[in-house]
Amino acid sequence: MSDSATVSVNDVRRVAELANLELTAEEEIRMLRDLNAILGHVSQLNELDTSAVAPMAQVHEVIGDGPQSVLRPDQTVPCLDRSRVMASAPDTDGIFFKVPKVIER
Amino acid sequence: MTLETTETKLLSISDIRSSIESGTRNATVLAEACFHQVEARDAEIHAYLSTNRERALEQAARIDDLATKGEPLPVLAGVPVGIKDVLTIEGLQATAGSKILQGYCAPYTATAVKKLEAAGAIVLGKLNCDEFAMGSSNENSAYGPVHNPHALDRVPGGSSGGSAAAVAAGMAVATLGTDTGGSIRQPASFCGVVGILPTYGRVSRYGLIAFASSLDRIGPFTANVRDAATVLGVIAGHDPMDATSSPLPVPDYIAGIDKGVAGLRLGVPSEYFAEGLDPEVRAAIESSIEKLRAAGATIKPISLPHTRYAIPTYYIIATAEASANLARFDGVRYGYRAKDSDTLSAMYRRSRDGGFGAEVKRRIMLGTYALSAGYYDAYYKKAQQVRRLLTEDFLKAFAEVDAILTPTAPTPAFKIGEKVDDPVSMYLADIYTVTASLAGICGLSVPSGKSQEGLPIGLQILGKHFDEAMILRVAQSVENLN
Repeated sequence: MSDSATVSVNDVRRVAELANLELTAEEEIRMLRDLNAILGHVSQLNELDTSAVAPMAQVHEVIGDGPQSVLRPDQTVPCLDRSRVMASAPDTDGIFFKVPKVIER
Repeated sequence: MTLETTETKLLSISDIRSSIESGTRNATVLAEACFHQVEARDAEIHAYLSTNRERALEQAARIDDLATKGEPLPVLAGVPVGIKDVLTIEGLQATAGSKILQGYCAPYTATAVKKLEAAGAIVLGKLNCDEFAMGSSNENSAYGPVHNPHALDRVPGGSSGGSAAAVAAGMAVATLGTDTGGSIRQPASFCGVVGILPTYGRVSRYGLIAFASSLDRIGPFTANVRDAATVLGVIAGHDPMDATSSPLPVPDYIAGIDKGVAGLRLGVPSEYFAEGLDPEVRAAIESSIEKLRAAGATIKPISLPHTRYAIPTYYIIATAEASANLARFDGVRYGYRAKDSDTLSAMYRRSRDGGFGAEVKRRIMLGTYALSAGYYDAYYKKAQQVRRLLTEDFLKAFAEVDAILTPTAPTPAFKIGEKVDDPVSMYLADIYTVTASLAGICGLSVPSGKSQEGLPIGLQILGKHFDEAMILRVAQSVENLN
């Protein structure tokens, strides 16, 4: 990240593809402007030397209630009933989710 | 009935329970009164996305039945509550303020809601919020903005705008909201109510539609501090369905709430009173601090030196996590699916493009960019490192003080439309709240005076991890002294 880091239209298109978003031309222009404004603000982080600082993914790392608090016995428990879950599906035969063909030519 | 309606805002949870127990009040009449209030006020406020009268009245009838039989009543017996629409309730709609979940009915109930209902609360309905809880003004709801009950041309704050406004307008006695970067505390401040951000892990996130999993928390809104403590005590605790929920026992949050502040050391961080703080907010907060000093607290100037890096750190971490969490909205299993797509990948893209609003797309894009090859170390890892520095600032401060006092937000509620075109300025509305989110500590906002225009101002009280009892005790003193 340099102070002058800028996002190009090609970057916007590449990231949109990674994120499975289809942006209109108008959305691309707005996204370009907003991402550059936000990343400009974010570049302040470069003022800090963090070479000796370990990354912190979540708070349990610093309050030390340790991994024993998140481990549980490996037991099977019933999951949600299929019919209740399938009731929300946009397209289903009652057993599977139906989607357009996966193999593209 | 009319009396009940105007009275709702003044009712406390313990009053409700004891009056139902003694037979002077009836849970059904109270629930009806709340629905009347919703009918009277919500056309202009728009706090509720849906109400469920029949279900609520059934719950109320069960409480009335218990009371008639002389059976002991649970702690929230008959208390009318509203739930932010990012929390699931089996069989009820859960939109997360998004078009992509329009019409979706959840197949299970969030643990926090289950606990409220088990304690006798009456669920009136689901509350409006920014789409996927992303916003500071509630203007990002796909179903239209919420208006601040104190000034209808102003925002209620966000993202839990509906939760704050419903309590402020007497359309619920308590509500649940969620806070990822300030989404409980900032709307509590804007709407003149109490809102608590519990310590990360204190309340189970099971059934919360995820935004940023290492930051998301669920907490209550109420009209007074004691009620907030009561609701927190009900929803807190370990849950096997959330591996990050803490096994620490839940203390009695009411027991020490009236101890006062004499002898307490309260820290005031200089970084929160710098440039950008509205003079009226500063005056109101300083006045509350002086009252706490007069009541016997020792006020200590402190420094949280990395504060200015909190917003950029937050917007990298929160968006990175959001981009991963929101990948599940793909039109396959639930939610909106774009019609007539030839291929699976076209269906993904078109469903997501049609279902998500502008701010959600912006955050998915930012988060995807920050996690993408070549940028991961520069943005995401860097932000995680600064997150540790911000957390260490607090740990050092809490070696010297019992709690920290700051403004909740730099200004009172701003006008609807004022910041919608400028994401950076909107993000800066969270400048005093994101630090506690990143550090995982607890915090709350308690009303602390009003501006000349009559807009509420909130004092933020921050506490050590799992020291909710302390911040509630300080907040109770603030409420008593104001």
